[in-house]
Amino acid sequence: MKFFKIITLILLAVFVVIQFFPTERNQSNVVPKTDFLLVNNPPQKIRAILQESCYNCHSNKTDYPWYNMIQPAAWYLEDHIKHAKGELNFNLWDELSDRRKSSKLRSIIKQIENDKMPLSSYTLIHKKALLSEVEKHNIIKYTTQLKDSLSY
Amino acid sequence: MKKVRITTAIFVMSFVSLTVMSCKDSKKENLESDNHSEMTHDATKDNTMEHDNMDMVSHVGQMTGSKQVIADYMTLKEALVATNKDAAAKAGNKMVGSLKIFEISGYTSSQQKELQDIIVDATEHAEHIGKSEMDHQREHFKTLSKDMMDMVEITGTDATLFQQSCPMYDKGSSWLSMSKDIKNPYYGSKMLTCGKVEKEIKSKM
Repeated sequence: MKFFKIITLILLAVFVVIQFFPTERNQSNVVPKTDFLLVNNPPQKIRAILQESCYNCHSNKTDYPWYNMIQPAAWYLEDHIKHAKGELNFNLWDELSDRRKSSKLRSIIKQIENDKMPLSSYTLIHKKALLSEVEKHNIIKYTTQLKDSLSY
Repeated sequence: MKKVRITTAIFVMSFVSLTVMSCKDSKKENLESDNHSEMTHDATKDNTMEHDNMDMVSHVGQMTGSKQVIADYMTLKEALVATNKDAAAKAGNKMVGSLKIFEISGYTSSQQKELQDIIVDATEHAEHIGKSEMDHQREHFKTLSKDMMDMVEITGTDATLFQQSCPMYDKGSSWLSMSKDIKNPYYGSKMLTCGKVEKEIKSKM
């Protein structure tokens, strides 16, 4: 019984201590001029999908869920967002050359076609981020048009 | 009762150690990705200096031009023709290295700008090929091939290349080959000879 108590206490202590580790918050309120939505001004239905299903990780502003208040969940999110922004940051869209844009658009199309994005670990909790077949079709159509308008 | 207690204890301990371990892992990954971004940063910004100091030793005898990049691309293409994921990943990673030491100072400034753009794009695709499944590798190979064609247009080639294409893969996809014969990297043995020669790129080096 004593053994069990000690373990529980240690566990509790670890849990409490890690709560004090800060994480980097991804919450810039400045939307730069290079932002995808500003530059391309897509129709409302496309805009809504991007904001609901993509922007939380692929931009400088995350609408954090409640569980981000708790470690180690916050670490997990921080890591994810960092990686996601490395791959594609919609806020910095217009910094890319046409070649890079075309490349990214193609990747977006493929990721959505193959149901790789939005991540299933994300849509599991954020049901609203889940894309319907119609939404998928719309976003692929829009992205393809945008890609075709580039010279690459 | 004692058994229950022991089982609980084991459970708790493994949970703790797992948590600790996974934290460590993610830290390590962070570190790796940090290194990574630094590397791409190097490649985009200060191409020459640091590499001369740091990388020359490991790249002794390796060519620092488009020839090496094309050579790696061909190795990658062969791996995709053979539907060999591991060999393709290895070739992709090798190509990342060759792109990184690609010496562009001999070109005009507008060519340098274009080449730099190609290098950044190609590096990203090669990196993904280095860590992905076959179908994803092939997706990236398509865009990488486009980068290579544009690169060769600027740098020229010392061996005659054939631009070939398969109309079936993703609404038509091209690639470069050293040989006139069609060996399809997008389908491998499933449709090995599907495709045609679009263009012959004569050597002009």
